[in-house]
Amino acid sequence: MALSINRAFGIFPEVLRLEGMRAQTLASNIANADTPGYKARDIDFRQALDAADGKAGGMRLQRTDPAHMEPAGIASQPSLLYQVPSQPSLDGNTVDLQHNQAEFAQTALQYEAALTFLNGRIRTLRLAIKGQ
Amino acid sequence: MALYSIFDIAGSALTAQSVRLNTVASNLANANDVSSDAKSVYRARQPVFKAQLQGALWSENASRVGVRVDRIQESNAPAGQRYEPGNPLADKDGYVYTSNVNVIEQMADMISASRSYQNNVNVLTTAQKLLRNTLQLGK
Repeated sequence: MALSINRAFGIFPEVLRLEGMRAQTLASNIANADTPGYKARDIDFRQALDAADGKAGGMRLQRTDPAHMEPAGIASQPSLLYQVPSQPSLDGNTVDLQHNQAEFAQTALQYEAALTFLNGRIRTLRLAIKGQ
Repeated sequence: MALYSIFDIAGSALTAQSVRLNTVASNLANANDVSSDAKSVYRARQPVFKAQLQGALWSENASRVGVRVDRIQESNAPAGQRYEPGNPLADKDGYVYTSNVNVIEQMADMISASRSYQNNVNVLTTAQKLLRNTLQLGK
């Protein structure tokens, strides 16, 4: 098995990047919970990860020559969507604070999960390098 | 790194909420002000928040939206009027004018501001924990 070092970590660096972006988006929502007219935003994590993985929805560069290389890590931009408000408010703000806090907690947990998996990969690599 | 910007976002919210707490404190402190005419009496103040985009619109930072205090608005609710002919500030008809601060409203606003402040502190703590764990990756 040819182990290419930039693939050794799998999807997890990408997961960390996207979870970080999602945490940033949710933090913006929580920060603007009292701002009149602010519309709560979010990203579709699954779609963003599929796009980053080169699956459906992701844009790929067309290769017209066999010497063209596959761009390994094109950072795709997940599209920012709007949350559907559960109850309308008079000042036009659509932030549902409880929902955003729950999602933020979940994002933090998923981030830590990805970190744990990444740590496992690093330990495996280290074991393979040392051979003991 | 998106997680670093959470410090800016939540930090801007902390600043905005503490301005809100400050105005509540000013309003409560001046709730019993009187004056000899309706125009010069203290009026309740309230900050108006505005979302502030902190990154380029079509970049990774498009979702980086902080908050800032756009302006401090004075309430245009009518000032109260009280018949106190003995008051040295009374006008020629014996009336003094009282500030239009609604104390109950201000207390509710204070609770809301302090809850929002706590929420943002929680966000900061979580982001800090995640970053610390990231720094220890591979150790």
